[in-house]
Amino acid sequence: MSATWLEGLSPRHMIFLGVILAALLIAPWLVNDYLLTVLIVILYFAYTGQAWNIMMGFAGQLSLGHAIYAGIGGYVAAVLFTRYGVGPWLGFLVAIPVCAACGAVIGFLAFRFGVSGVYFAILTIAFAEFARIGFDHLDFVNASAGLFLPVKQYAYNDLWRLRGSPRMFYYVILAATVFALILSRLLLRSRMGYFWLAIREDEQAARAAGIDTFRYKMYAVMISAAVTSFAGVFYAFFYNNLFPEQVFNISRSIEMILGPIIGGIGTLFGPILGAFVLTGLAESVTSALAAFGVDLPGAKQIFYGICLLLVVVALPEGIWPWLARRLGVGERNR
Amino acid sequence: MPFDVYLNVAVAGVLTGLVYGLMALGLSVIFGVVRVVNFAHGEMMSMAMYIAVVLFSSFHLDPLVMLVPIAAVMFVFGYALQSGLINPFITRPEHSQFLLVVALAIIIVNALLIIFGPDAQTVQTSYAYDSFAWGALIVDATKLYAGAAAIVVAAALFAFFRFSLIGKAIRACADNYTGALVVGLNVNRLYALTFGIGAACVGAAGTMMTLITDVTPALGPGYTLLAFVIVITGGLGSMPGALLGGVLIGLTEAMAGLLFTPSAKSMFSFAILVLVLLLRPQGLLGRRVA
Repeated sequence: MSATWLEGLSPRHMIFLGVILAALLIAPWLVNDYLLTVLIVILYFAYTGQAWNIMMGFAGQLSLGHAIYAGIGGYVAAVLFTRYGVGPWLGFLVAIPVCAACGAVIGFLAFRFGVSGVYFAILTIAFAEFARIGFDHLDFVNASAGLFLPVKQYAYNDLWRLRGSPRMFYYVILAATVFALILSRLLLRSRMGYFWLAIREDEQAARAAGIDTFRYKMYAVMISAAVTSFAGVFYAFFYNNLFPEQVFNISRSIEMILGPIIGGIGTLFGPILGAFVLTGLAESVTSALAAFGVDLPGAKQIFYGICLLLVVVALPEGIWPWLARRLGVGERNR
Repeated sequence: MPFDVYLNVAVAGVLTGLVYGLMALGLSVIFGVVRVVNFAHGEMMSMAMYIAVVLFSSFHLDPLVMLVPIAAVMFVFGYALQSGLINPFITRPEHSQFLLVVALAIIIVNALLIIFGPDAQTVQTSYAYDSFAWGALIVDATKLYAGAAAIVVAAALFAFFRFSLIGKAIRACADNYTGALVVGLNVNRLYALTFGIGAACVGAAGTMMTLITDVTPALGPGYTLLAFVIVITGGLGSMPGALLGGVLIGLTEAMAGLLFTPSAKSMFSFAILVLVLLLRPQGLLGRRVA
């Protein structure tokens, strides 16, 4: 009586996933505050990586401006919360259509006029930059001075208003990551998922086979944008501040896509693995440097760059397909 | 505002735009021939700017004099980059090439940050505050020199591609890769040369840019985007298009800075990019590729 989202998984897959999930469930009770924060950041990137992967990994549309969806999602929820007292979950319900609409505008402009490949990637950057500069001058959201959420010490965890301890935030982002994994699997095994893969492999052939490529590319952008919007809501309530210069920065977009690229574009587990490898290693490098008393502001980013370079050169498919073959848990839906 | 204010700002914008155009020309040449999207273009630009700044602050070498040597250094850098790192990626998928160059860009920006720190550095030449006046028109000497140098370098490049044997061979590679192989051209070497020439354009543009503005490590990504906006506006692969796009964007930014706030000026370049992508995706002077 397995549900559809578990269909086709071997016992080996189940054990593999079960062990990882169990480890992640008990992790916050075993680690210190610093490591807990690192884990939250890792899961945050695992989540955004999966959201981006829907668009690039499944449908083959390279977006380099995904920060726009996280940024707008965060701003929508934060403005509703600070100005109108609307809770984050209701704010999230508003952020979903707003971000999907934003994705639809970008997708429509690009796909209608045959803007694809690298041009599309540059268009997505241009929109993210447009949003960054626009929000920087928008007084309604405090412009470049930034938007702050009230911070108080909470005696108990208020899940409904997303106010509470890091441990609560950890479980929220863990649940979101699991949800994104299940959603990705369902999407990939759906009719639409197969259409996406066909478009990714050869768009002209897909169109010749009768797939309405415009429509399904639009769905990919909108779903990816909607999923990404929650990352923004989470970011806003976890960090309690939003600056256009930071949330819409092109570096945020790049950080989001590094995980899935290193883990394996188009795979289900790649974005999660990539986030663990990349953030884990980067934090280790930072603490190692700090231990030697070196404080270099660009060191972590150089490390990111070198990781990306090595993976693109040596493992163009990413780490996960390579690792999965060794663990005997390969994905059939590659 | 009186008319001569607009005129002066417009002329300054056009002169800066010529330097932008030279930078974008490098990108256009690289994309037109090697078909690799050089996403580290602005980062290479800031590299050249730092070389100029260091040469000036340590040895008092004027950027105008160092134009050719810095371009030569960047040529070697570009040549080595293409033949060492990018060449094996020529046959890889587009996004794979793209990510390779993004990785390179990240490394360059942060290496500059670690070496030079986040503060702005500047070149203070003896003529930094000079200006020429023709009636109501007042032009900064630095901008005039920079714009003139950009035109000279661009003209030399046009002549090279039009008349020299190597230039013709490179154009042959761009027109028909297989054909170029068949007639016995060493395509890999020509690609490396092209990347070197593109990098030399950036070197020259970066050197000139130090006369006009300060340099910080964070400038790189902005220049990359700017170069792309210009090249797409003018038409990818079109050399006159890159210069025209540069002038257009320089003019737009200058006018937007005057009429609105300077910090919002790049919004207007992005608006132009979106308009061009929608109305004329091949760019103003570009040919539609089948």
